[in-house]
Amino acid sequence: MTPKTLFDKIWESHIVKEIDGGPSILYIDRHFIHEVTSPQAFGGLKRRGLKVFRPGKTFATCDHNVPTINQHEPIKDPLSAIPVEELRKNTAENGIRYFPLGDPSNGVVHIIGPELGLTQCGMTVVCGDSHTSTHGALGNIAFGIGTSEVEMVLATQTLLQTKPKQMLIRVDGPIKKGVCAKDVILYIISKLGTSGGTGHFLEFAGTTIEQLSMEERMTICNMSIEMGARGGLIAPDNTTFEYLKGREYSPGRKNIKKGKIVEQSEKGEQGEVGDEWNKAVESWCKLKSDPGCNYDSIHLFSAEEIEPMITYGTNPSMAVPVNSSIPEAHPEETGLYRALDYMGFEPGEKIAGHKVDYVFLGSCTNGRVEDFRAFVSLVKGRQKAPEVTAWLVPGSKRVEKQIEEEGLGEILRKAGFEVRQPGCSACLGMNDDKVPAGKYAVSTSNRNFEGRQGPGARTLLAGPLVAAAAAVTGVITDPRELI
Amino acid sequence: MSYRKFTIEESWAVTLPEEDLDTDQIIPARFLKTTTREGFGENLFYDRRFDSRGEVIKEFVLNRAKGSETILVAGRNFGCGSSREHAAWALADWGFRVVVSSFFADIFRSNALNNGLIPVQVSNGFLEKIFEYSNNNKGIILKINLMDKAISIPATGESENFEINSYKQNCLINGYDDIDYLASNLKEIEEYEVFKLSSL
Repeated sequence: MTPKTLFDKIWESHIVKEIDGGPSILYIDRHFIHEVTSPQAFGGLKRRGLKVFRPGKTFATCDHNVPTINQHEPIKDPLSAIPVEELRKNTAENGIRYFPLGDPSNGVVHIIGPELGLTQCGMTVVCGDSHTSTHGALGNIAFGIGTSEVEMVLATQTLLQTKPKQMLIRVDGPIKKGVCAKDVILYIISKLGTSGGTGHFLEFAGTTIEQLSMEERMTICNMSIEMGARGGLIAPDNTTFEYLKGREYSPGRKNIKKGKIVEQSEKGEQGEVGDEWNKAVESWCKLKSDPGCNYDSIHLFSAEEIEPMITYGTNPSMAVPVNSSIPEAHPEETGLYRALDYMGFEPGEKIAGHKVDYVFLGSCTNGRVEDFRAFVSLVKGRQKAPEVTAWLVPGSKRVEKQIEEEGLGEILRKAGFEVRQPGCSACLGMNDDKVPAGKYAVSTSNRNFEGRQGPGARTLLAGPLVAAAAAVTGVITDPRELI
Repeated sequence: MSYRKFTIEESWAVTLPEEDLDTDQIIPARFLKTTTREGFGENLFYDRRFDSRGEVIKEFVLNRAKGSETILVAGRNFGCGSSREHAAWALADWGFRVVVSSFFADIFRSNALNNGLIPVQVSNGFLEKIFEYSNNNKGIILKINLMDKAISIPATGESENFEINSYKQNCLINGYDDIDYLASNLKEIEEYEVFKLSSL
């Protein structure tokens, strides 16, 4: 028997049909939709006179366009309200479960999927959003698709896909204090480039990866796309199974109280589980790459070399340690020159000490409760710098609730911060949370392209500790100086 | 969506010799709020074509184009970033039928193919030839032959072959689309579902 990678195993078990000289028909277990990339797909289905083939396998949320305050009121911006209303209509007409604004399960699509146990292990997961790679953290083939492919999944629960190449990224060794998962992935992308993974699906492995929590693994897999890869996965293990146990849609979930199945308890505890759970775990334990399996390329990294990182340019690979300098640039390097000109930086300039105008904690990359705990650990007992505008946006209603239950909200408010409501928010400025032209924003999101957070906005990507340090000092700061 | 058949395209090209042109630049997020596929062309590369006051940026190549070009030539890693298919819609709606580069981001490549917009990947050397010729001659005409999988510069006779999946090539030449094909396989899909359930 040829040794297989985890990707091979999941891929092969989902092939419906191979086409001679062409792509394969790949079955899709889980499909997530949101309001930006689905309207035209439903429109297309209507025009063809087709129905949604398997409505029970698609789940919907609104996240990109929504305001992050006053969510109990109707959405003020008509251009945002219309696609959200379209989603409500389309899901209602087609029997698709939808988590609207205000629903306890609402939130950013790549945060709520794993939270609800909708994302499990060994699945094929797609969504009209490139950060679908996040779900790979639970051991899935998860990738982003365009709206035409959303239509294909709705119509047939399958996609036509060509098997990509595979790349192993091993990270070994202990992570230094003050360094977090976001720094690890920014470091990797800075070494491999924005197209280093194109044509490949990644597997992250190694002792560093194994020691990460599920939320940290999601941060890593989330940014696979930023090095051009289709997606990235991490083999599931006990950490994964403990995370999934008893979640609302996880196998075997039941909460028995007086003989009736009830909702999760007030404290957000996961429910008890039955036999179905044990059977699921037994099959998930087999989801590993075999010893001696082949990858098309392999990259090895040592965690000891990783420092707190920050981007200085206009793509995620333009990143350096916070305590170092922006690279020197030659005039022929027009891409780098253009980026530095846009950002208002000089080649060779030290990055620490630079003024910061906005701080954004949130997004599908770093909008989970552990990210808020990390942020709080640094700001506790300190005050937000007066000249900094801070948007702290929980990734979901559950995260928002946990922030309050753990007392993190109270600490943040004492420090002069305000916790907002869930949404994609300033990651891409489709709602009102836009960074004005020329202003510097330290952002825990995933893209720093020109104009990403607003026309002329200058985005500096970082992890929650670097963001917290900037929020209390008002300048780019190595968080280890404050620990 | 069914699209126009594509066999041979010969046209003046718009040349944009920049690398890593991401989909946020191709179509900024604030233009993604509509619910139809039409009308994205007018917002193509919006923040590169217009400044913050809405004034035309004369130097940007699209603002100096004839308007009849159906071929765009761009630097490597074109279409990286967000999966927004709106980027392909914007390019197609503007009038482009082909994008030429030395490297395409994966999701953009799929989105383009799904909208009858052909991503033609050439070698670094050939791309440089195109940019150099265009620069020295105030423009360039290119010819793409999908049946032969070849791109050529008629003025010099130079040409190169490009790769395209034969299934997609056939669909594009005949104007077929993927949903028609997948929908004709529903029986096999149902059989797969039964098999998967029984093996759990």
